[in-house]
Amino acid sequence: MKRFADLMERLVYTGGRNAKLAILAEYFRTTPDPDRGWALAALTDGYETRLLTPAAVRKLAEARTDPVLFRLSYDYVGDLAETTALIWPEAEALPGEAPRLGEIVDTLARTSRARAPQHVEGWLDRLDGSGRYALLKLLMGGLRVGVSARLAKTALAQYGGKPIEEIEELWFGLTPPYGDLFAWLDGRTSAPQVDTSTLFRPVMLANPLEDGELDRLAPTDFRAEWKWDGIRVQLAARDGEARLFTRTGDEIGPAFPDIAGRADFDAVLDGELLVRREGEIRPFNDLQQRLGRKSVTAAMLRDYPAHLRVYDILFRGDRDLRPDPFETRRAELEAFVTGLNRDWLDLSPLVPFDDWDALRAIWDGTREAGIEGLMLKRVDASYTAGRPKGPWFKWKRAPLTADCVLMYAQRGHGKRSSLYSDFTFGCWRDGPDGAPELVPVGKAYSGYTDAELKEIDRWIRRNTVEKFGPVRSVIPEIVLEVAFDSVHPSKRHKSGIAMRFPRIHRLRTDKPAEEADRVETLAAMIEG
Amino acid sequence: MSKDPRRWLTVKPQGLYCAAGDFYVDPTRPVARAVITHGHADHARAGHGKVLATAETLAIMQSRFGEDCWGSAQAVGFGERIEIGGASVSLAPAGHVLGSAQAVLDHDGGRVVVSGDYKRRRDPTCAGFEPVPCDVFVTEATFALPVFRHPDDAGEIAKLLDSLRLFPNRTHLVGAYALGKAQRVIRLLREAGYDRTIFLHGALEALCTLYEGLGVALGPLEPVAGSKKDKAGEIVMCPPGALNDRWAAGFPDPVTAMASGWMRVRQRARQRGVELPLILSDHADWDELTRTLHDVGAPQVWITHGREEALAHYAQQAGFQAEALSLVGFEEGEDG
Repeated sequence: MKRFADLMERLVYTGGRNAKLAILAEYFRTTPDPDRGWALAALTDGYETRLLTPAAVRKLAEARTDPVLFRLSYDYVGDLAETTALIWPEAEALPGEAPRLGEIVDTLARTSRARAPQHVEGWLDRLDGSGRYALLKLLMGGLRVGVSARLAKTALAQYGGKPIEEIEELWFGLTPPYGDLFAWLDGRTSAPQVDTSTLFRPVMLANPLEDGELDRLAPTDFRAEWKWDGIRVQLAARDGEARLFTRTGDEIGPAFPDIAGRADFDAVLDGELLVRREGEIRPFNDLQQRLGRKSVTAAMLRDYPAHLRVYDILFRGDRDLRPDPFETRRAELEAFVTGLNRDWLDLSPLVPFDDWDALRAIWDGTREAGIEGLMLKRVDASYTAGRPKGPWFKWKRAPLTADCVLMYAQRGHGKRSSLYSDFTFGCWRDGPDGAPELVPVGKAYSGYTDAELKEIDRWIRRNTVEKFGPVRSVIPEIVLEVAFDSVHPSKRHKSGIAMRFPRIHRLRTDKPAEEADRVETLAAMIEG
Repeated sequence: MSKDPRRWLTVKPQGLYCAAGDFYVDPTRPVARAVITHGHADHARAGHGKVLATAETLAIMQSRFGEDCWGSAQAVGFGERIEIGGASVSLAPAGHVLGSAQAVLDHDGGRVVVSGDYKRRRDPTCAGFEPVPCDVFVTEATFALPVFRHPDDAGEIAKLLDSLRLFPNRTHLVGAYALGKAQRVIRLLREAGYDRTIFLHGALEALCTLYEGLGVALGPLEPVAGSKKDKAGEIVMCPPGALNDRWAAGFPDPVTAMASGWMRVRQRARQRGVELPLILSDHADWDELTRTLHDVGAPQVWITHGREEALAHYAQQAGFQAEALSLVGFEEGEDG
């Protein structure tokens, strides 16, 4: 538990991705099984006990402290686990050795919910402050140390010197505390054998098409498809069981029974998850209503019916098609979808073109057509996990732009923690008294050069109106040309709109703030 | 109660006022006569007529506010007794920063100790706190919640040295309050065997020089001056505010550390973007505060700045008469 507590402590305060990877790899190297496996499970949401409710923790703490002092402390600290960890009375010398993580997990697995707090109380007495904090966070859920499952897997890959794709391929067939995985990563055994028939396969990703890149490519080597504005998913169906994964391998099938519950075939398909109502594909905003939920209501199924538009096939029955060239997979896919004939699943069509000029003309029309852009795929490329350079390109439609006024600035994180690098900007509208007022329309963290950032930072410090912690409001004077992909209605924003993928395009030093755009102009850009 | 000190010691807008001697203790506005417990800005201000304090505190005030920051001043050694009007005043060490003192006020057979700010653990840069038995003990309450238990100093300094070993190519920027904390961190580093040059932000230079002049050896120090790029692997001390300032931007891949009792609460450390929190405080933690009430043994406890409610609750439970004294002008400063 001591090592796990140290790990939590270091991850909490470390901002950088590389530093976090180094800390994780060091932990895996120096911590024995099964402790490191349970820690991995905790970081990847594979260990969810929820044996300890906030009420139970409060009760434990109040039994050991003065309830008035506990309440005042909790008011001040604001986090129950941390308050309890800090306030827990400490003996001069800790009675007995600190419990091992594996010991804690084992004990709780054999314990009823009612008796869990009793064990926890004993452990709290045997741990120091950071140990108590880690234990409570682990058992209450919500470690929040800034490590995603993907980052943890990347650390495993670096630790064992294996490609992350191999780890992701196995991942969903493994169970905590992952003894077989670590044995393989330590070079003691070969890779764990898992039945992968309904497991996630790491996906192939595209690179953005750079300026001038088309001229170096032969049009006959490529096929074009529409780029859809949904989310990339993988549907793995076998023997009447189906799972739907995001491109990072998170399973979302339970929230999409209208897809996963209907896949009664044997195949692994790659495609776009969309909302389709009365034959029409709906904007991303509609899909958003169904994302991030563990389950779904009948009303949502009716109002936002899910649809799968497929563009690749990885397995058909037992046959692994990934080594085959795109054209072969495409023929298989077309034959498969045509044979299926389902209204919730269709084929993403190819976009025929003769040469790059013709394709460019089609690309120019994508915004008008309400399509996100084009995909280019090499005819002879196999399906390779990761983001290989060369076979696949995404060619996003040109962004929209608007001239907005800088309103608030916030200090950045990590390297940028001493610079005001996060900007909230607004557009004009008529205020209640008829006079023009600025309302925020978006926030951006990128798009400027280092030199521009320094210049804006200096300006912000000289033109601050008010400070609110790390945020400053500034004189409405600087005009930013903001690029963004699209505009959506939003109830959460005062302006009633929200931008998608906003970034700073350039500084409009030539433009006075009064001439920046109006909210109405942005609202007119809303699609669908 | 005939000897109730409340008759001769009261709270006025300027601060705590001793009517028996017509003077204030740590007034927040200019007054004719003041007793100053220590040099921090919320206790020591410029513009008083007559000032009474330790020689060290007077030197610190002059360094901060200029030679003519008062009408006249009188230096008093610990234990020396001075009569001011009908009151008798002496100073006892408070263990907070160099020169810090408790004001011991006697009148009419009653004794009040105004402790200013204090801590109980050893500090290599100043004299340690001495409990003075009294009728009324006036205490601070900066860290008066049982969640504040400051760990051992040596362990916190070891965290900094460990980080230097782990990241030998990163500048370690240590935010520390300019008066007291910075010099204490430097002394603790020296005690832990760190003998390399320690670099200073401009705002720390004068007080470090002053400390050395008053006999607190700090080892090799240098201003950061021009180049920041060549400070990889070095310790650079600065005031806490400079950590998030543009000043911090030029150092090679800096690790931001901060030495403060507030670092005990993770959320607070994270809010400030601190990567390496060092829990080092010049104020008493909960255990020190509560122990001090018993050591001093005053039947009445008056509680000033901080979390008065919690300490008052504790004191009442423990059988003291306790109340919060609402003094204006004392803030939750960065000297935590």
